[in-house]
Amino acid sequence: MTRIYPSAAAALDGLMRDDMTLCVGGFGLCGIPERLIDAVLDNGAKGLTVVSNNAGIDGVGLGKLLRSRQIRKMIASYVGENKEFERQYLAGELELEFNPQGTLAERCRAGGAGIPAFFTRTGIGTIVAEGKPLQEFDGELFVMERAIRGDLALIKGWKADEAGNIVFRKTARNFNQVMATAAPMCVAEVEEIVPIGSLDPDEIHLPGIFVKRLVCGGPYDKQIEFRTTRPREA
Amino acid sequence: MSWTREQIAVRAARELRDGFYVNLGIGIPTLVANNIPAGLTVTLQSENGMLGIGPYPYEGEEDADLINAGKQTISELPQSVYFSSADSFAMIRGGHIDLTILGAMEVSQDGDLANWMIPGKMIKGMGGAMDLVAGVKRVIVTMDHTARDGGHKFLPECSLPLTGKGVVDMLITDLGVFERPAKGHPFRLIEMAPGVTRKEIRSKSSAAFTE
Repeated sequence: MTRIYPSAAAALDGLMRDDMTLCVGGFGLCGIPERLIDAVLDNGAKGLTVVSNNAGIDGVGLGKLLRSRQIRKMIASYVGENKEFERQYLAGELELEFNPQGTLAERCRAGGAGIPAFFTRTGIGTIVAEGKPLQEFDGELFVMERAIRGDLALIKGWKADEAGNIVFRKTARNFNQVMATAAPMCVAEVEEIVPIGSLDPDEIHLPGIFVKRLVCGGPYDKQIEFRTTRPREA
Repeated sequence: MSWTREQIAVRAARELRDGFYVNLGIGIPTLVANNIPAGLTVTLQSENGMLGIGPYPYEGEEDADLINAGKQTISELPQSVYFSSADSFAMIRGGHIDLTILGAMEVSQDGDLANWMIPGKMIKGMGGAMDLVAGVKRVIVTMDHTARDGGHKFLPECSLPLTGKGVVDMLITDLGVFERPAKGHPFRLIEMAPGVTRKEIRSKSSAAFTE
């Protein structure tokens, strides 16, 4: 069942160790578990493998854990806009495994669903498929990709009820839903925890069975990476 | 006169059909959104988990929870819908998206595409590009016909690491439009920008194509 904790640090109590694998939700800086990342920073666990679509930007999101040198390896699809990442990678201080974004999402989904591997067309004929088993189905070639199962998932939701059922908001859902399933332990932070019965059961995105620990994480920074607007009509 | 970036986008937009679900890449493809022909209903997909991308928000209405795959703030439409990354790529990889328009660094005469990595330089990652070219029904590439130094980009074979092999259906550059009837067929030059000659296009392409 889901237990509610008074702080992100308390929610991570007893869970962190060196060299563990974290599955972290978010896309760019959208929907990242800000408070839990801060708590990992304070905890100081090192040698982390982090599975996340991106690696934050300098000093923001996972960029904080890069700066503190707690991350040994990133499994991601896109890591641009991050000077510290670039510096560590080019200096050979950081391991990097690029996955196509859909392959990354599906590897985590499979990991969360008890599926050890799957076949996909994505990456055929590219370096992504090198060294991996290939198989033909119905005359077409597919590459086998292994599931990802981490030790701990850290995600950010919008609202949760006291049973840990979570609703996401707009494009902040992204990888959070799938990362929650991809580890035996998921800690979720949300902007608001509401009483049981306040959420419509038909409108819940992530059932509480996937959420072991819950914390209310506000107030949120919610930085915008690229602010684009249009002028108002006169 | 070669086409401008905007004119390339206008030409690419002519490939849209009523009812299409479309994923647009970053750069020239993004400009296609402003040039959807009147009377067509086209739904734009963003791989971070949205169908029905609206225009950029009015100043002061930016929402950090509402971005496109280029991490720019956007707005929603009455018919918009949000979903997870896994569902988003089920749409893409499952062949449910009609068309994707992407930028490129190189395209080969066999339709190979390279647009994600330059070895020796900082590599940023492929994001969703490999999934898009592997799963979307039709792949259109827009790019400058040559590099800034005049180097060819439409080549017999790509020199850069591939995003996909044999995946490009149509290539639109500032000089003209190349199409092939199906994957495995050669490209044919079907249009040229005003004032551009076949000779100029041949001199700026090493790829084989028909006319």
